[in-house]
Amino acid sequence: MTVSLVLLIVMAVMYASGVFLLLERSMTRVLLGFLLIGNATNLLILIMGGEAGFAPIVGGDVSSEEMSDPLPQALILTAIVITFAVSAFLMALIYRSWRIAKDDNVSDDADDVAMRDFASGVESENTASASADTEFGIRAEAAVSQARDLEREDERAAAEAADSAVAASDDTNADNHTGEEKR
Amino acid sequence: MIALLAVFAAGAILLHPLATRLGRKVFFIGALVPLAAFIYTLAQGPRILSGEIVTETYSWVSELGLSLSMHLDVLSWVMSLIVTGVGTLVLLYCTRYFHSDEEDLGRFAATLLAFAGAMYGLVLADDVYLLFVFWEATSVLSYLLIGHYTEKKASRGAALQALLVTTLGGLVMLVGLVLLAVSTGTSSLTGIIAKAPEGTLVTVAVLLILVGALSKSAIFPFHFWLPAAMAAPTPVSAYLHAAAMVKAGIYLIARMAPGFADTPGWREVLVILGVFTMLLGGWTALKQTDLKLVLAHGTVSQLGFLTVIVGFGTPVTAVAGLALILAHALFKSTLFLVIGIVDHRAGTRDLRRLSGLGREAPVLATIAAVALLSMAGLPPLLGFVAKEAVFTTLLENATAGSTIGWVAVIGVALGSVLTVAYSARFFWGAFFRKAGVEQVREVRENIDFLFAPALLALSGLVLGIVPGIVDVSAAEYAALFPDGAEVDYHLALWHGLEPALAISAGTLIFGLGLFFLRGRLSAAQDILGRFSATGAYGAVMGTIDRTAARTTSLTQRGSLPFYLGVILSVLIAAVGLATAFNRTWPSDIRLWDFPAQAAIGILMIVASIAATRASKRFQAVVLVGVTGLGMSALFALHGAPDLALTQILVETMTLVAFVLVLRRLPARLGVQNGSDHRLLRAVIGIAAGVLMAVVAVVALGARTATRISLEWPQLAYEQGHGSNTVNVALVDLRGWDTMGELSVVIAAATGVASLIFLRSRTDTTDRPLRATTRTRIRASLANDSSGNSGRGAWLLAGRTLATRNRSILLEVVVRLIFHSLIVLSIYLLFAGHNAPGGGFAGGLVAGLAFAARYLAGGRHELAAAAPLDAGKLLGTGLTLAVGTAFVPLLFGVDALTSTWIEGEVWLFGHLEFVTSTIFDVGVYFVVIGLALDVLRSLGSEVDRQQEVDSEQAESDTDSSDSTETESSESNPASAATREVTS
Repeated sequence: MTVSLVLLIVMAVMYASGVFLLLERSMTRVLLGFLLIGNATNLLILIMGGEAGFAPIVGGDVSSEEMSDPLPQALILTAIVITFAVSAFLMALIYRSWRIAKDDNVSDDADDVAMRDFASGVESENTASASADTEFGIRAEAAVSQARDLEREDERAAAEAADSAVAASDDTNADNHTGEEKR
Repeated sequence: MIALLAVFAAGAILLHPLATRLGRKVFFIGALVPLAAFIYTLAQGPRILSGEIVTETYSWVSELGLSLSMHLDVLSWVMSLIVTGVGTLVLLYCTRYFHSDEEDLGRFAATLLAFAGAMYGLVLADDVYLLFVFWEATSVLSYLLIGHYTEKKASRGAALQALLVTTLGGLVMLVGLVLLAVSTGTSSLTGIIAKAPEGTLVTVAVLLILVGALSKSAIFPFHFWLPAAMAAPTPVSAYLHAAAMVKAGIYLIARMAPGFADTPGWREVLVILGVFTMLLGGWTALKQTDLKLVLAHGTVSQLGFLTVIVGFGTPVTAVAGLALILAHALFKSTLFLVIGIVDHRAGTRDLRRLSGLGREAPVLATIAAVALLSMAGLPPLLGFVAKEAVFTTLLENATAGSTIGWVAVIGVALGSVLTVAYSARFFWGAFFRKAGVEQVREVRENIDFLFAPALLALSGLVLGIVPGIVDVSAAEYAALFPDGAEVDYHLALWHGLEPALAISAGTLIFGLGLFFLRGRLSAAQDILGRFSATGAYGAVMGTIDRTAARTTSLTQRGSLPFYLGVILSVLIAAVGLATAFNRTWPSDIRLWDFPAQAAIGILMIVASIAATRASKRFQAVVLVGVTGLGMSALFALHGAPDLALTQILVETMTLVAFVLVLRRLPARLGVQNGSDHRLLRAVIGIAAGVLMAVVAVVALGARTATRISLEWPQLAYEQGHGSNTVNVALVDLRGWDTMGELSVVIAAATGVASLIFLRSRTDTTDRPLRATTRTRIRASLANDSSGNSGRGAWLLAGRTLATRNRSILLEVVVRLIFHSLIVLSIYLLFAGHNAPGGGFAGGLVAGLAFAARYLAGGRHELAAAAPLDAGKLLGTGLTLAVGTAFVPLLFGVDALTSTWIEGEVWLFGHLEFVTSTIFDVGVYFVVIGLALDVLRSLGSEVDRQQEVDSEQAESDTDSSDSTETESSESNPASAATREVTS
């Protein structure tokens, strides 16, 4: 089979421009890239169908060899409508993002960024604090005077945990800021 | 037995709801279940002790050869008695142990009972896979029990540690069990042991099984999880960590010993690890200040002891082994229950803070003393009888010339010295008066609390004085060994003056000496820091966590351009490499089909390159639109009129939708991050473009066969009754593709609507019905008849717009073309079967007609023009399409088969109707639904939100942005015009 050089070049340029736009952070440009890639792909399918011919409509004296291939046409027709539906969805996303954040940029996922910066800061649950030597403490029937107040200890531990969590998230925020400045 | 297991399961489910009503009394009901199992097991005693075996089998998954097969021989019988007996007493003990306001009591009771059931099943299971299921069930349930105090970090960590260690061992064991089951051809445990195969594979399998057993029974190097698991409530420790779960490993060793004790490595591994664990645990126990940890490390030590004697695996040591299993279960669970009472009463388990408890609680002290004497191996208790048997039988082997026998006997003797020392330390720590420590206060001792430990301690005493029944059981167990029938050792309190007695006396003297020298010093060092195994566990877990975090942070960058870049780069590299090896290049390349292609192509190339450089949104959208229109022209030239028509309609629709969205966004594009990695993106883009061109060339070059669609026009005409092959392909020949497409379209339309409306699919608040709009507008016209009544009658809702936003020309044009467009769309729909057109094109034309009404008259106009709900249109469309697919099935033909009706119709002449047209009508409805959803959401609703926003802005500040407030009711078309001109 032979290839039409013009169609090939048009397709390649549309793919290149589309991918270039798709790798952007602006959601509008991503959508435009998506549309360009959609057009390029439709063209690819068309090229796969072979040479041009008469419209595949029965009637007259046109034999089916002289018609253009109807199969890729059916596929492209489906693809055109789906591209429209999906790009409408993307537009709704863009509008939503703009309405919520006044921003149509694809920003980095904050949790992933935090992960990137605190790769070694992961703490696993340990068993080190096995110093608890009672389940009852001062709630026992006749507790010794040195018995521990478990509930107060629990509260204190919870407060400490909350404090450290706040401190950690403060660190993360600070780091995000520096990260943004770098960008 | 199987029925009892079902009762355990049902009981566990019922306890949870009961607990909310009964509080801690729920444990009374829970105790009934293991009690029933205990009585049943006890009733089997005469049969079992006379050498009978009770079996029950119930086919489970016969395809896999899995069956619920239960096998009650003497070993299982003894284990069942321990599991159910101690289980009953521990549940009874719980009724007093917990405060009635304890949280999650129902969950705890249910889990504990379920655990008892799993343990009962474990000691009875004959099928190795069933055994494994129960084995893992005990691991999971013990996780829940150890982690009962969910709010405590130590508790959660200990639970996870126990779970990880025991399930890791369990998985290794599963490999061993599978190997054994495959090599013997049976999954029955007794069958495997009876065959007792040999060979390297079997050795490996057996050693793998031992890994599971050792991890479950907390033998070095897996011993560290047991002391940490003391974070569990004390009844759990008494049951799981004394009598039941840790005995599962010992049970498995005891179960396999008759067949595999002579497997290479078996005896060496078990004796050496057992002795080491016994010494390590005993030595560590001497340093503890928490009495529960003294017991915990003592348990590790005793499990080592059990491993040595049970794992030694000769018929005569088996006698001693079974006696020791029973003795240990009785005294160790007693001691745990005692320490629970101490804690319950004094509020601490720290031996440095307890003083004078012996005088205040004499009954408790007596119970503890009986259990401790049994543990230390003093007459007349079962512990003594068992330990005598151990020394005698091991010495017998050692003197017969077995080196490993000597290792065992010396190790066990040294370990027993430590046992005596920490037993003494326990009693001293819990009950003695200590100088300088505050005395415990007086509290009455309650028999209901003391009942469970008292009964267990008493059993140890009675069985020690009258060891007859234990002796019979032990002899029966020994008889399971190949030459076990002629064992002549008998368990007894008094064997005369023999070497074992001397060893016992020696351990007692040295043990007490050690206690006085070392044990009274409270060593308050960092205990866990000394455990290298704990450190190793922590290091491994930490490494896993860090590696996971690092892997995640490497791959999960959180940046969409990064992900896309990686995906595209892989595509370019992989496919590029494949095309580099290609040998089928096309024979010739023609420049173009028509010269016009070149002109259109150049335009498209320029437009798409310009789109990448456009700095304004609308500019870029229009440039991309140019490529779309170019596509339409290329389709037309190529001989694809349907495509050209659809493309041009879609392009217009897309442009409308873009305008609707872009009016809310700033005109300039990509101010931020716009120039990020420009070069890299260009390289990836160009590489992708070139690659796709090469792929196209290669694919065409590889094509040798004629196309498959040559028959299509004929098929379409004769079977589909349509001349337009593409349309017939869509609704008939390849109808399933279209069906899938309709689903995608409906999902996207619904997505658009829900992204904008958020709460419901339709805006119920602000959607006037056609009639009401009409009435309202007519009414307003009537009221306003004096003024400029000549204007505004062209469109229904034209007057709802602000005057300066109205375009009378637009209103007139829309008024004139709307109905023509609708008629055209219906024509396209029905003509599509034979000429270019069809449901897609028709639907798009109708959608554009509505878009025109909206652009000219605003959202009230759209509501009046399209009173139909978009969701209902989409649903109707899909129903029609599915119906066309489904109805033929009722006539016994394939789905989507079409048929036709033809006949003479008055005025119209000869007409024929093909059923696939109904499918096309479905497509038509779905496309209109999509268009309406886009218009209603991105158009009407966005208008409404804008109005709300600007009203808010006005009420917030007087000096609000003029562009936001000027258009209280702006005409979208004029807004778009502003966008273009800006």
